[in-house]
Amino acid sequence: MRNAFAETVTQLAEDDTRLVLLTGDIGNHLFDTFQDRYPNRFVNCGVAEANMIGVAGGLALAGMKPLTYTIASFSTTRCLEQIRVDLCYHRASVVIVGVGAGLAYAANGATHHACEDIALLKALPEMTVVCPGDPWEVQELVRAAVAHDGPVYIRLGKKGEPVVHTDQPKMTIGKSLIVKPGRDVCLISTGNVLPVAMEAAALLQRRNVSTQVVSMHTVKPLEQEFLRETFSKFPTVVTVEEHSCKGGLGGSIAEWQVERQLLGTQLICIGTDDVFLHEAGGHEFARDYFGLTPHKIMNVVLSRTCKKQNAKQLELVR
Amino acid sequence: MKNIATILRSEVVRMSHQARTPHLGSALSCVDILEVLYRGVLRIDPSNYQDPDRDRFILSKGHAASALYATLAHRGFFPLDVLNTYAQSGSCLPEHPSPYCVPGVEIGSGSLGHGLSVASGISLAARMQNRMYRVFVLLSDGECNEGSTWEGALFASAHNLESLVVIIDYNKWQATGRSDEVMKLKPLAQKWKAFGWSVYEVNGHDSLELADVFRDIPDNTGKPVVIVAHTVKGKGISFMEDDNNWHYRVPNDEELSSAVAELMRI
Repeated sequence: MRNAFAETVTQLAEDDTRLVLLTGDIGNHLFDTFQDRYPNRFVNCGVAEANMIGVAGGLALAGMKPLTYTIASFSTTRCLEQIRVDLCYHRASVVIVGVGAGLAYAANGATHHACEDIALLKALPEMTVVCPGDPWEVQELVRAAVAHDGPVYIRLGKKGEPVVHTDQPKMTIGKSLIVKPGRDVCLISTGNVLPVAMEAAALLQRRNVSTQVVSMHTVKPLEQEFLRETFSKFPTVVTVEEHSCKGGLGGSIAEWQVERQLLGTQLICIGTDDVFLHEAGGHEFARDYFGLTPHKIMNVVLSRTCKKQNAKQLELVR
Repeated sequence: MKNIATILRSEVVRMSHQARTPHLGSALSCVDILEVLYRGVLRIDPSNYQDPDRDRFILSKGHAASALYATLAHRGFFPLDVLNTYAQSGSCLPEHPSPYCVPGVEIGSGSLGHGLSVASGISLAARMQNRMYRVFVLLSDGECNEGSTWEGALFASAHNLESLVVIIDYNKWQATGRSDEVMKLKPLAQKWKAFGWSVYEVNGHDSLELADVFRDIPDNTGKPVVIVAHTVKGKGISFMEDDNNWHYRVPNDEELSSAVAELMRI
């Protein structure tokens, strides 16, 4: 995903001379082409994220189109107040790009995990929160974010994620995509966990559970019309995210569902637990730890849908 | 004919009294700086306040909003009678400035340690767009507690933001104590110098000295500029000067009368 981002932002900089890329002293060689072509519009802001966000805000107020880039946790929790005041309060058109969504940098320890960023940023007025599911979504959504009026948070995985879509989709912020159709269960995924959701759907399919997979890349604003249709069509909706269910996609949809009293559909929220992961281990280990593997997702869906075929009430798993 | 700074001081005292708002001491300590900037230093035109080539003034110490509002109104950015609505429910003049609240307010502030970074971004944009404007930022000394201020100091210096001028309203107090005791602020000028800035020290209540220092900032030094303006909190009202109670206190009727009477004698 980060390579897709680097290519896209370099292309965009050619067309739009207002575009500025700020980094927090990461991305070794990732932006070499950008720096070669547009040295005056590449700013390494050092290990000073609060200042980087403020500088981006100032650039935007003076008519430039800044993007900031660093690790997701440092892009968000480190400088939350600058995002709130310098960007959101001023409705500054800045794109905050966080790399290493969820557990992507698991091996680096919990300082580098980002499982609360969606919750924190979606609570900020004026903010838009976008979590692309594969490299093609990154290309499309980065373009859309740069064209967007107001601040946008884009949450990237790391590198080497597979392309999930079979043809390059045309995407807009706030418009979900059905990646695979189905009838019985609808898996709604956001962000880098999309390939896992696809595999879980394939496993469920083999057990005769017709499973739809949706990439709901935009967590804020929620696509209400799409959710209304989905909740009227499916007895079971499952949210999957590499993020805490508290305040993430699952939490957002749960709030929406309860507000509208659409309790005839069972909602299952799958995400990370409300704990820090203290043990060493890579991305796959961490996903397994939190139940974010295709098999574990399948098992939760099977057990929960069998156990309560008729009891139609809101339930939160994890 | 009273000088403008005295008129602004009466406005600020009256506004605090009428709206029952704190931070009067902090507003009074920067009145002279604002007056000199808006009288002739800033290249601005109230009738064209969004001109992309205008100089920018950023009030980072947002708690001195009353002083900024009074200055802007007297400079013609908005009608003087709007000042009467200061801090009233539904008014466009909150206790700390909100973004775009009235013409002339460049950014919303109130949380300390934001202005320098935002100003650096605006200054960087000038370079990218080949514009000649300068960016002035007013910080409080208390604001130099914030780590983000020092992130900004490192950044502006590394990027040679010579169109950036920071003024520190160095009144030696912060909300609850001496600014050198709460945190180790001294030697303040040397700290900025060590960060690679061009540093000037002035009496922040001497309008001639202030005007001279702004006029004499050399071009093309490759360094951002900081003016450490030595000031007195509560300046201009004898019973408020250097008394930190006036960070929070609001003048009662009697205090208002004696403050105004004192200003009338100047």
